Amino acid sequence: MQAKEIAELLNEPACTHNKKEKSGCARPKPGATAGGCSFDGAQIALLPIADVAHIVHGPIACAGSSWDNRGTRSSGPTLYRIGMTTDLTEQDVIMGRGEKRLFHAIKQAVDSYSPKAVFIYNTCVPALTGDDISAVCKSAAEKTGVPVIPVDCAGFYGTKNLGNRIAGEAMFKYVVGTSEPLPVPESAQRPGITVHDVNLIGEYNIAGEFWNVAPLFDELGLRILCTLSGDARFHDVQTMHRAEANMVVCAKALLNVARKLQTDYKTPFFEGSFYGVTDTSMAFREFAKLLNDPSLTERTEALIAREEAKINAALDPWREKLRGKRVLLYTGGVKSWSIVSALQDLGMDVVATGTSKSTEEDKARIREIMGDKTKMITDGSPKALLGVVKEYQADILIAGGRNMYTALKARIPFLDINQEREFGYEGYSGMIELARQLALTIQSPVWASVRKPAPWAKSNVPGVELGA
Amino acid sequence: MAEILKRNKALAVNPLKASQPVGASLAFLGINKAIPMMHGSQGCTAFGKVYFVRHFREPIPLQTTAMDQVSTVMNADENVIEGLRAVCEKSKPALIGLPTTGLSETQGTDIKRLVKNFYTKHPEFAHIPVVPVNTPDFTGCLESGYALAVKATLEVMLPHKSTEVGKRKKQVNVLAGSFLTPGDVEHIKELIEAFGLRPLVLPDIGDSLDGHLTEMESSPLTVGGTPVTDIASMGESIATLVLGNSLNEAADFLKEQTSVPDFRFDSLMGLDAVDAFVAALAEISGKPVPEKIERQRAQLQDAMVDSHFMLGFARVAIAADPDLLYGYARLVTEMGCEVVAAVAPARANILNEVAAAQVGIGDLEDLEIAARKNGAQLVISNSHAVETARRLGVPLMRAGFPQYDLIGGYQRLWVGYRGTRQAFFDLANMLVEHGHHEPEPYVSIYAQRTGEAHAASAAGQTH
Repeated sequence: MQAKEIAELLNEPACTHNKKEKSGCARPKPGATAGGCSFDGAQIALLPIADVAHIVHGPIACAGSSWDNRGTRSSGPTLYRIGMTTDLTEQDVIMGRGEKRLFHAIKQAVDSYSPKAVFIYNTCVPALTGDDISAVCKSAAEKTGVPVIPVDCAGFYGTKNLGNRIAGEAMFKYVVGTSEPLPVPESAQRPGITVHDVNLIGEYNIAGEFWNVAPLFDELGLRILCTLSGDARFHDVQTMHRAEANMVVCAKALLNVARKLQTDYKTPFFEGSFYGVTDTSMAFREFAKLLNDPSLTERTEALIAREEAKINAALDPWREKLRGKRVLLYTGGVKSWSIVSALQDLGMDVVATGTSKSTEEDKARIREIMGDKTKMITDGSPKALLGVVKEYQADILIAGGRNMYTALKARIPFLDINQEREFGYEGYSGMIELARQLALTIQSPVWASVRKPAPWAKSNVPGVELGA
Repeated sequence: MAEILKRNKALAVNPLKASQPVGASLAFLGINKAIPMMHGSQGCTAFGKVYFVRHFREPIPLQTTAMDQVSTVMNADENVIEGLRAVCEKSKPALIGLPTTGLSETQGTDIKRLVKNFYTKHPEFAHIPVVPVNTPDFTGCLESGYALAVKATLEVMLPHKSTEVGKRKKQVNVLAGSFLTPGDVEHIKELIEAFGLRPLVLPDIGDSLDGHLTEMESSPLTVGGTPVTDIASMGESIATLVLGNSLNEAADFLKEQTSVPDFRFDSLMGLDAVDAFVAALAEISGKPVPEKIERQRAQLQDAMVDSHFMLGFARVAIAADPDLLYGYARLVTEMGCEVVAAVAPARANILNEVAAAQVGIGDLEDLEIAARKNGAQLVISNSHAVETARRLGVPLMRAGFPQYDLIGGYQRLWVGYRGTRQAFFDLANMLVEHGHHEPEPYVSIYAQRTGEAHAASAAGQTH
């Protein structure tokens, strides 16, 4: 990928990060950088497409330490769970045999697994030696008759966020618009309900959590052409251009896809989230608004009223356990406020939140929801986080899996909110799981056990004093 | 305090209980060059033998007084005397355990008198101690039979009061309860030795039933276990560690007889229980806790933190003998689990302390009913509960007696920081593997994904 193309991707007009000092995506600082590379971001964005053979073109480190590392779920094919890499050797690199190996790798994948398509993720080494993966993909597609999509996402191109965009770009360039959706089956037509086609962009179905929400879409007559990319199929992605409205779920990861669909196909989009009762309801309302169907609006309001009443009753016993507990939230972007509303729905007190990945808009939103007292954290180092936990007497740290052991080693209750987690929290019913997991860790007797000094010890054990 | 639910049905279905004579035999199997001989019909012994052979995967020395129809009706005294003589003559054991059975107890045997008669009649065997113990199978269970045998052994081996406490400055008595596996006993000995002390374990199944190949190809007696001569020296120890509430009466006797101070532990599973044990060792030895043990403690704490996500709020059903039931309930509740079904085969004082709302005296059917009613997610019990767990659709953690279908189950380490840590890992893994916390796959009514009908229907959905 050329520098010019990278610069183009970094300029994302629809992204609020584009303004002011944080224009585009900041370059990583040597010695002071956490987080994944572009390959990581691209693979994470596309891997959930279930019927595709995902081949990582490079030596073993890229695929070897990342395959099968994601909590996304499929209701059908499991091909995406099969790790595939060209596993380049020294000889391949020196003798320039990478392209040849890639070609045979694609053929082997097609012969053994009959994928609907093959995605090729380019990585640093072949990008550096100059493998022309687009050309290989093209000739392999001709030879095998299966679409082969190049995703040029070498790690040194930039951050994980850039990788997300590269992935979106690849989908938009090679896949979207290459096939038409099937007509709505007669059996699924219901009187009085006009079926509308929509897309969800950036929904990954972690731990199957989208299945908490999916039935409600069916109920309202919203046909999801594609969730990019949780429980998606290659054909779903091909038909994305036919949607009447798009929702960008959670963070900015694939915002460029939504923007391009708007520019090229005039599909309106909104940003939303399915975390928390308030946001889930909001998401359905936004769809109704964009689709401008009075009957849909009416049915949406009825559904929201019904679901909210149901979930509020079900959450009451959990609120008893969680009311007044103090939370330190450290997570990026949209999640920092979307989770806040979910926690407040549970009667919890968010005392501080991370804003290092948030935009000015996000911050304004946080202030609006939480008031001015809330501490905004920009330094996400373990030491700083623990300092804030102590200072604000937080009962629990909610953050990404990477911070889990920071908390646990300091003997602090923790909830994993990022993609590696094992539990799904989306939708109305997901709130129950969220509440359960919160109560489970906050109330766990292990904290007292591990903070207590050994009976023969003279001094106290390390660890952070908890809030009330 | 748990509410004890009495047995309230005529039929025991899928029994949990193993008999008192079997438990007493197990205790004697922990003594070196010993043999238990059940006073009953030959079937009492044969079943007990198969029970242990299958569990330990070891040859088990076990004899019988072989009461037949005539001796049952008329008098079986001669069977006991003749049986003892035959065993003494043939095998030259260091000790003979003589547990009674339901049959001989119903007949009304006076087992202690018979032993006296035996010595009178055969003074040439006066040097071989015989330990008679009343263990009818119509009361108690394996655990209580074992405890009675331990007490009876002390009574025989320490007939007189002594005042020689601390004559052996490093020797520590350990009365080891039936809840301990050979692996557990081995680890306990290592812990004690780490403080520069010498453990004298009674009974020591860690030495006799640990499963090791020996030079001797066969033996009619136990190979390994507590040396009989050592038992007589228990009064010279500096302290006694009593492991298991069921051994309290045996411990009372030992203390009464020898004045050796004792430290009692109802469980050695879980951080608190092991802390108390290690602290006692530090106190007895006057030495600091070794670095290695501190490290094991820190490893356990880390494991607790890591596994609490899976084990928190987990609903656990446990069926086991009282000390084990108490221990497991304490172990899992320390992790935030809830014991929603607890069953023991027989009454015991410790049951009042079990960390559950109710403890049923009953069988595996009772466990199954309670587990189903209360939505248990995991069962801890012996191998007989395989079908119970299958019908409940939940995983089974095998524990206690018998474990027929788990190679090495008899050897598993449960106690100490290390054993506790592994137990938490294994329990957490079971819950992860059988976890049902994810939403069911949902296929949209609008979906038309050809060729996926199978996957969809497997997930319980229809197009």
